[in-house]
Amino acid sequence: MVTQDKPVIDIPVLSKKDFQSDQETRWCPGCGDYSILAQTQKMLPNLGIPREKIVFISGIGCSSRFPYYLNTYGMHSIHGRAPTIATGLKLSRPDLTVFVITGDGDSLSIGGNHFIHTMRRNVDLNVLQFNNQIYGLTKGQYSPTSEIGKVTKSSPLGSIEEPLKPIPLALTTGATFVARTYDTDPKHLADTMEQAARHKGISFVEILQNCNIFNDGAFRDFTDKPVRTERMVYLEHGKPIIFGDDSDKGVALRGTELEVVAANDPDVLIHDATRDNTSLANMMALMNYPEMPVPVGVFRQVDRPTYGEALDAQIADATAKRGEGDLASLVRGGNTWLVE
Amino acid sequence: MAETPAVEAPDTVQERDRVTIRFAGDSGDGMQLAGNRFTDATAAFGNDFSTLPDFPAEIRAPAGSLAGVSSFQISFSREIIHTPGDEPDALVAMNPAALKVHLSALPRGALLIVNADAFTAANLKKAGYASNPLEDDSLKDYRVVRAPITSTAITAAQEVEGISGPNADRTKNFFALGLVSWVFDRDIELTLKWIDDRFGRIQDGTVAEANKNALRAGVNFANTAELGDVHVRVAPAKLQPGEYRTVTGNEAMALGLLTASRLAGRDLFYGSYPITPATDVLHELATYRHFGVRTFQAEDEIAAVGSAIGASYGGAIGVTGTSGPGVSLKSESIGLAVMMEMPLIVLNVQRVGPSTGMPTKTEQGDLLQALYGRNSDSPVCVIAPQSPGDCFYAAIDAVRISLQHVTPVILLSDSFLANTSEPWPVPDISQLPTIDAPLHTDPTNFQPYARDPETLARMFAVPGNPGTEHRLGGLEKADGSGDVSYDPDNHQLMTELRQEKIDRIANFIPEIEVDGPEEGDVLVLSWGSTHGAVLSAIHDARAQGTQVSSAHLRFINPFPRNLGDIVKRFRTVLIPENNLGHLKMLIRAEFLVDAQGINKVTGQPFTIREILDSILEHSPRN
Repeated sequence: MVTQDKPVIDIPVLSKKDFQSDQETRWCPGCGDYSILAQTQKMLPNLGIPREKIVFISGIGCSSRFPYYLNTYGMHSIHGRAPTIATGLKLSRPDLTVFVITGDGDSLSIGGNHFIHTMRRNVDLNVLQFNNQIYGLTKGQYSPTSEIGKVTKSSPLGSIEEPLKPIPLALTTGATFVARTYDTDPKHLADTMEQAARHKGISFVEILQNCNIFNDGAFRDFTDKPVRTERMVYLEHGKPIIFGDDSDKGVALRGTELEVVAANDPDVLIHDATRDNTSLANMMALMNYPEMPVPVGVFRQVDRPTYGEALDAQIADATAKRGEGDLASLVRGGNTWLVE
Repeated sequence: MAETPAVEAPDTVQERDRVTIRFAGDSGDGMQLAGNRFTDATAAFGNDFSTLPDFPAEIRAPAGSLAGVSSFQISFSREIIHTPGDEPDALVAMNPAALKVHLSALPRGALLIVNADAFTAANLKKAGYASNPLEDDSLKDYRVVRAPITSTAITAAQEVEGISGPNADRTKNFFALGLVSWVFDRDIELTLKWIDDRFGRIQDGTVAEANKNALRAGVNFANTAELGDVHVRVAPAKLQPGEYRTVTGNEAMALGLLTASRLAGRDLFYGSYPITPATDVLHELATYRHFGVRTFQAEDEIAAVGSAIGASYGGAIGVTGTSGPGVSLKSESIGLAVMMEMPLIVLNVQRVGPSTGMPTKTEQGDLLQALYGRNSDSPVCVIAPQSPGDCFYAAIDAVRISLQHVTPVILLSDSFLANTSEPWPVPDISQLPTIDAPLHTDPTNFQPYARDPETLARMFAVPGNPGTEHRLGGLEKADGSGDVSYDPDNHQLMTELRQEKIDRIANFIPEIEVDGPEEGDVLVLSWGSTHGAVLSAIHDARAQGTQVSSAHLRFINPFPRNLGDIVKRFRTVLIPENNLGHLKMLIRAEFLVDAQGINKVTGQPFTIREILDSILEHSPRN
């Protein structure tokens, strides 16, 4: 039973317009970021949270200009460090809803350390990672998620680095909400971000985002409308993992490998996002076109106490056991002596 | 069980004004513990005192090696003192390595207590002795007491049934403490009680009994051995009346931060990554959960400062604590706080550098880093505490300035201040002025970069407040609105405003006071932990008939308003620093005076003598 002990506050119903700032948006025309911004502004009113209680903190990169375009509290911080600032804010202000806006370079290269530790701590933050597999703001160098062979200005003979895969990384850290969506399916995008925002604990959303200037069409092979039903699979908790123009294909575990089978095959997996063991989620996260369909949706969503809850519980517990701290007595310390 | 011996004064007692003792042994020998117990007994006796723990960075260097020697020095006096003493009057050497490392500090005629049991062939070899110094005449200039410390301690400990070999061996520091307590007339009752409190519940109390036996055995040994000629008494000091406690700089810093948060009515958040010698502040604050203090052990130095900035952004007092290498990592984040004009406290407990340097040794080498260690013009306020107890007040000053002027403040402590202890008059919390720095809440005409006409502090509204939603960041801000601006004239204006805001803090801090004549030949200008040695050296110089003035800087950026006038009134400005001349350069640059440096970078604080000699050298001959 939930008892309502707070007075009911009349929160005005907000609309998308309430979340638009007066700043001119300065991304390249055609950039996938526009779609993410629009869906964010559309999604936020659904949360029913007053505007002043929402904070967007970003790092550096094209995506990190995001907070300027939202009429909430916001901070455009420094490269890779947004999760650290968001952590300090959320721990000292549990009443706020805090989003981290980051890119593949920001969160996986310069901010890689903060990324893994923020995930494993289960701080109640919503991390939206715009993955365009390229450095855009510095005009087109390969990123930690670029594919081997990627020809860029800093890799004229092709990148020789194995790309980092964000979803398996997040799963390995024990993140409690891990999802993938993409910029050209507005409904799925808004819906996934809303689920992330509603999750208590760390939420990680990889958003496949097209950079039409430096890496145009990076995801086109499977996200383009005519091919996406054949080449992508939408994960939905409790439902069979099936895809295809006629919903005729499914994904099954055969031995130690995932395989595409007929949709009516009894071995077709039922997606269970609440599974504690991340092995299967990890295998699905590694499915890639053209061998397999690319999965989007929520890979994992489990309920764990958040870092902030645990910290506040320690404070409450220590206060209950020792009484509220007496400053004068603490400053006196254990041993004092009097000089007459 | 041995009876508690009465520490009776023998017939021949030497009355002394001041005594300095150094305990030295292996880093596993418990010298810091013995020193701290002696310190508590000294505090209870009523002397003024100052301590200097000195230990290696390695937790357990190879036993018996020179690198593994750990020491603890305490100076206690019937007079008011300000340093842990120059030369020890007595040295306790628990093994040959300790003797080898510390003998050169011992003046001729000093008391030397050695653990004779430890002078084995193997230990002598590890310490690099070709022959046993206890058997040749190399110690003939000292009053040597050859005490079988290890064997006698073990014998005493083994009177307790069931005590293990290693636990019996570990009582030898208490034996040494007992011996020294007898020689220097310290009561052991407090230590006996401390042992009970600390070890009473371990292994049915056997560990406590063994250590108490060893302590008493040390006293008995001194009492029955022919040590009567070295029984020394230092009368209690005439401290200002009041209630006192012992405090180290790191303890006072933690207490000061907490007190400041109460005075300001804001939550305290401390984000830190473990680093010597700052970690004890994190340890201390982590025990303040029942005060609502939130400590956060971050994944690295950058995350630590980031979390503090985030906490400040939400309206808490965001503090990050570290040492120089950590500040290097935090530089970009401090720059962000400068650009966003965000309250932030960065505590730097300085140590020897560059790079990892000598982590447990003291230095003041980060002053220029504090002032200039960021890209572009990036002014912050810099405050340096002058004594362990002053760390408490410096922390409060830092929080006050940070909140009222909406700016990062760097607090420059150092390894010496952090670990040294002194009697500290317990502050009356109820008499401390509150820190008045309300958050901005009125949405009417709100602009995040609109400024207070006096301080130039910007309007500081935090998330959660309706109607003042705004965006901050590291990009240049338009004056007033805080919108991103690439306007050339705006950047010129904002750069000047950020500087002017820091400069104007000078209107809110005390002017610097000169001790001694307001003009003359020599002014000793000090900052930070050199304060005590300078104060004593000035005292000694005057006692020798040399007229000299001194002034001490707690606020280094901005300088106190009258500093320029003061330094220009002296023919020579002498600046002692544990670096190669940071403040000297600043004083020369700012005021065009020919400042001279006294520069020591050995990892040890100044002795009084070193500063006194320099004062005498620069003073005109009578």
